[in-house]
Amino acid sequence: MKYAYFPGCVARGNCPELNSATLAIAPLLGLELVELAEAPCCGAGVINSQNPVLADTYNAKTFALAEEQGLNVMTVCSTCIGSLRKSNKRLQGQSAYLEQVNQHLRPSGREYHGNVDVTHLLYVLINDVGLDSLRSMVKRPLQGLRCAPFYGCFILRPSEVMGLDDPEHPTSLERVIEALGGKPIDYWHKTRCCGFPITLENEAASFKMAGAAIGEAKDLGAECMVTPCPLCHMNLDMQQPRIPRHTGRTYNMPVIHLPQLVGLALGLDPKQLGLHKHIMDTSAVVSRVVAH
Amino acid sequence: MADIRFQVHRFNPETDEKPYYQEYQFTPLEGSTVLDCLNYIKWHLDDTLAYRMSCRSAICGSCAMRVNGHAKLVCQTQVKNVVRPDGTVRIDPVGNMPVLKDLIADMHGFWTKMQAVKPYLMPTQPPPSANQEYLQLPEAFRLFEEEATCIMCGACVSDCTSLESDKQFLGPAALAKAYRFSADTRDGRRHERLEELIERGGMWDCVRCNECVQTCPKTVAPMEAILKLRQMALKERLTDSIGARHVTVFTDIVGRRGILDERELPVRSLGFNPVKLLGMAPVALQSVLKGKIRPLEPPHKVKGVEDVQRIHREMEDGS
Ligand code: FES
Repeated sequence: MKYAYFPGCVARGNCPELNSATLAIAPLLGLELVELAEAPCCGAGVINSQNPVLADTYNAKTFALAEEQGLNVMTVCSTCIGSLRKSNKRLQGQSAYLEQVNQHLRPSGREYHGNVDVTHLLYVLINDVGLDSLRSMVKRPLQGLRCAPFYGCFILRPSEVMGLDDPEHPTSLERVIEALGGKPIDYWHKTRCCGFPITLENEAASFKMAGAAIGEAKDLGAECMVTPCPLCHMNLDMQQPRIPRHTGRTYNMPVIHLPQLVGLALGLDPKQLGLHKHIMDTSAVVSRVVAH
Repeated sequence: MADIRFQVHRFNPETDEKPYYQEYQFTPLEGSTVLDCLNYIKWHLDDTLAYRMSCRSAICGSCAMRVNGHAKLVCQTQVKNVVRPDGTVRIDPVGNMPVLKDLIADMHGFWTKMQAVKPYLMPTQPPPSANQEYLQLPEAFRLFEEEATCIMCGACVSDCTSLESDKQFLGPAALAKAYRFSADTRDGRRHERLEELIERGGMWDCVRCNECVQTCPKTVAPMEAILKLRQMALKERLTDSIGARHVTVFTDIVGRRGILDERELPVRSLGFNPVKLLGMAPVALQSVLKGKIRPLEPPHKVKGVEDVQRIHREMEDGS
């Protein structure tokens, strides 16, 4: 298993622990990652609000870089996979458009031919590694740790672009949590939005969204939330101390990146996984799993 | 088909203190839609159940409700596709609207917001000649062809995340309609429309969660229409809002560095806003202490950033 690895801006910025956890688990999973060091930002759906062709061109460059090596792209971010797949669909769908975009890649000797697929670590775990073999790699089962999966919008919707799981009633994260020995919590907000994209524009609405999700998970007995998206992580973890003023409630909810949860179960050192780097204390989760 | 247990939301404001679920169990005929099942319940099991329906052909838009938590036109939803592993189907009224009775929601707020965006043409040119219509070419219609397919069923409004947290938000249906008229070449008030839509509760309050794109039973894709409204607003130089600055600053940073530097984005997006910046200070400080934000690190850049800068330069003007 070999992928062109697209860490995305946040794993290289505010969530460095996501990047290090991914790189730490990859060799254990038999996963070879070739980082796309030259790949630009996916646009996060934001550049699209100004200049959609520019965003598609950036992404075409990313695809060309992977295509040169004959690799498909793997991300660790729900927003990245969504933006990349949306661009890819537009580029693969219309040859005239692909040509228009390629005109801006050619000056640096590149061209995209439309042969790259984009996936996420979550789906690599299920489709490439396989749940049975993942289960057999577990050294430190999660002891029934009650995990609330939180997907992040773009990894599911719109299904016309994504199509890797049921957009309304997904099961991928749940199946991975179970394979690692945890207990997934089923709750309505697991597919809803964390509110991150409007933190600056409309803080109250943004934090109410995050609070609604964390609150429901807590009410149902979750010991932690697990997310495949670092943008969700920023709103759910980094901003968690600022949420109570909008919801009148405190949560103390640890939020774990997907590869951190995998790494814990595969027996890696919690420090190496960066679990001490979060804003919300993760030690209860760590001691629950590691103490055994 | 096997027996299905329908868990149906019931509420009669005249007699019930709060809503409850009533269960009906039967074996639907092969090929039944969820609406066929509701009709079966009403006609054979319990004629007190209240819901809206009319065309049964996904045209009138009256039968939107939540099936297992997500809005659908029940007349075009095959029941066999929505039965859960435990043999149940849960049916609720649409979300984000008050419930009048059982599965019937009060759409007053929906229509008020629809009216607020002035969903009609406001031409400023006289018609081509007296007593003649304002004609339109097919190419011009294609600009909003998808948005024009809206049947006002309210499914998108039901599942809108922003609306759930902010009642002031105009919502996906009204904003898609606003785009439909702003994009119409016969309309003469695009700039004025956009000026209103950049206000609080307008285009910049959409969280881009794609719920409306997923749930729309037609091809409106309201969120995509909202993105097009944003592109129009920026083209018309309506840039004085946090949302607009967020986009232009984001695009500028990526154009210079190839990747987003989150240390720069909030400060520049908020503009001169000491109160908001101070509000963010404690979390920022904590993030510095945890090594999440690293103020002393040189600006983040991708390898070979000159190529990204070139692409950005070539395409800046949006061509
Ligand atoms: S009954 Fe008319 S749309 Fe369903």
